Amino acid sequence: MSNLWRNQKVRNLFLQGLFVAAVLLIVIGGWMNAQQTMQSQRMISGFGFLHKSTGWDVNFSLLPASANDPYWWFFVIGIVNTLFLGVLGLMLATFIGGLVGLARTSSNAMLQLLGRTYVDFFRNIPLILQVFFWYAFVTRLPSVRNAIEIGPMTLSSRGVYIPALNVGGWYLFAAALALVAAVVLPLWTRTTRRIDKPREERRGMVLAALFGSLALVLALLWLGRLPETPLIDVPQLQGLNMRGGLRVSPEFSALLIAIGIYGGAYIGEIVRGGFKAVGRGQTEAAHSLGLSPWQTFSRISLPLALRAMLPILANQYIWLIKATTMGIAIGFTDFFMIVAVTINQSGQTIEAIAILMAGFLAINLTIAAIFNRINKAIALKGNQLRS
Amino acid sequence: MSDPSLASPPAPPGRLIDLRRRYFRTPVQAAISLACLGLLAWLAWGVLNWAVFSAEFSADASPETCRAGAGACWTVIAQRWRIILFGLYPYDEQWRSALACVVVVAMIVLSCLPSFWSGLRLAAVWVLGTAAFYILMKGGIFGLRQIGEDQWGGLALTLFIFVATCLIGFPLSIVFALMRRSKLPVISHGIGLVIDAVRSLPLLSILFAFAVVVPFMLPDFLQGGRLYRVICGAALFFAAYQAEIIRGGLQGVARGQEEAAMSLGMSYRHRVGKILLPQAMRNALPATINQFVISFKETSLVIVVGFFEILASGNAAYGTGEWTFAYREVYAFIALIYFTFVFSLSRYGAYLERRMAVGTR
Repeated sequence: MSNLWRNQKVRNLFLQGLFVAAVLLIVIGGWMNAQQTMQSQRMISGFGFLHKSTGWDVNFSLLPASANDPYWWFFVIGIVNTLFLGVLGLMLATFIGGLVGLARTSSNAMLQLLGRTYVDFFRNIPLILQVFFWYAFVTRLPSVRNAIEIGPMTLSSRGVYIPALNVGGWYLFAAALALVAAVVLPLWTRTTRRIDKPREERRGMVLAALFGSLALVLALLWLGRLPETPLIDVPQLQGLNMRGGLRVSPEFSALLIAIGIYGGAYIGEIVRGGFKAVGRGQTEAAHSLGLSPWQTFSRISLPLALRAMLPILANQYIWLIKATTMGIAIGFTDFFMIVAVTINQSGQTIEAIAILMAGFLAINLTIAAIFNRINKAIALKGNQLRS
Repeated sequence: MSDPSLASPPAPPGRLIDLRRRYFRTPVQAAISLACLGLLAWLAWGVLNWAVFSAEFSADASPETCRAGAGACWTVIAQRWRIILFGLYPYDEQWRSALACVVVVAMIVLSCLPSFWSGLRLAAVWVLGTAAFYILMKGGIFGLRQIGEDQWGGLALTLFIFVATCLIGFPLSIVFALMRRSKLPVISHGIGLVIDAVRSLPLLSILFAFAVVVPFMLPDFLQGGRLYRVICGAALFFAAYQAEIIRGGLQGVARGQEEAAMSLGMSYRHRVGKILLPQAMRNALPATINQFVISFKETSLVIVVGFFEILASGNAAYGTGEWTFAYREVYAFIALIYFTFVFSLSRYGAYLERRMAVGTR
């Protein structure tokens, strides 16, 4: 017997078998127990509940929603809400983070101090505390009648009212896509290797891509405008309520502010790290070649720093998307909240959790894939020493 | 005869010159410096004015007078600090809760001292400390009144969740990391799948699953209290992240180290315990401290699954009755507590990083 134990092959097989058995025990035991519990509560397991109507409503949705809609539609709504909040939050966080990171790497010590104060302050307080704070702040703004007006915006305890476009939903969506294209297409035509022309001669194409997309945006907005209304709908106070415009709910704005500020502090550090990773020799060489500070920054430091920070940035983005789940603490209907309410209402616990896992896995993998693709596209070719 | 230029180094630039060089080199730089200085001064004045100069400090001011003032109203903290720190813990026994918090702080400070950095000593500090904490909080022996977990709250509950998460999660993370680098394909791939799945999920959903789903899947005798289930969930999440950090540390150990140990005939246990892990932990130390900091901040998430930790007790402290306007003061108080813990830990981490960089240069 002891001889058998000394045989490495036998031992390896035994250990792996033990591991598999333990995993199987947990999974099958859990499954059987769950079946038993469900049976005793007279519930049917499986995904059949997805086609039943929910019977409850959501308070925020980009897509049409009513209590008669089936569960699967609510899950779609949840994912869209999460992505909407996540993408806006990431954009805000990236903007703030870029400013903070630049401040921290600037040569001016006062500016560095300012950036450092920001990072140290906001990074060391839990995000959920900041979410609660901003929620309390936003819901304690003056009532609609005494609302604060900043330009065309109106801040009140019932939400932030911003001017809206009187444009049909699908046209608005298409116009938003065209706006994204107006940013991406010119960049792509400028940098791609697919077009067989030196970069200096592409100016016409870049401009064509830019203005073409912008024209498309305007055309879509014009085509989709609702009849008999002005194109831009400015909110106005009428009686006790606000008329027109778009109401941004306090939950949404609180989450957006918190994620933007907190994420900005983290992204600021990533940006700083990226610039720190650019070798001193690179900028010194640029200076000695007579490049101006702006040229050094835009042609040498920034491209190299961007490559250094992209992989870390991808992780941070995934983290921030996952952080949108905190919306449940203040009642924003994101994907996680829909899952939680589903469990509460239908009792289909395991199925709902499986959907939650699949949803987040899909989101995370998509972000990772996009970043891998960008990373690969801009990776430095060749094998020069770059430090 | 010595050369005078060699004997005395060039005089360091005067403070004024240094100031000019750093802040006022060009007109643009000067403008930026002044603008930043102005902004910082404005912020500092705003905060100080709110929190100190025009604030209300008396413990028994009425909410109305407090509200009329321009600054912070610390009266709410003076009246409600027991709720924020101790939650629903019985009033007469709250000294136990306070003492338990002191024990945790002492534990953290002790494990930051380099003379305690051996597996045995750290384990002793943490196990004994947690046991002391548990006995103090729960009571039932030594003539202490027994107080159930459902009455724990505030800072003490936050610290308990943090400590228990680390105590379970850290050994688990080492096991995970060792399993992931195992040469047996089934084990390394299987655990890799678990780690990646856990890492791709939000912590909230894991806490939620452990609080709500696990009772479905486990027979009654295995379920335990809801608090302990949630702690297990948090520990699993911590372990999945920490395992990757330790794996990174293990990859940083030169291959020759393990090969040398093998050629000396050391057993797996000794190879891992005496050669690999000590070096890996050293590589992984900065990231590990960062992970502790993150998981301390994330303990606040348990509020969502219905625990009365410090944030929830803070919400309760201003949410009822006449203090509803005083949310800023309460959140500032809680933020200060978190900030003190997190900032000192992360400063300590930065110090360690510098200290270790000296050693390897």
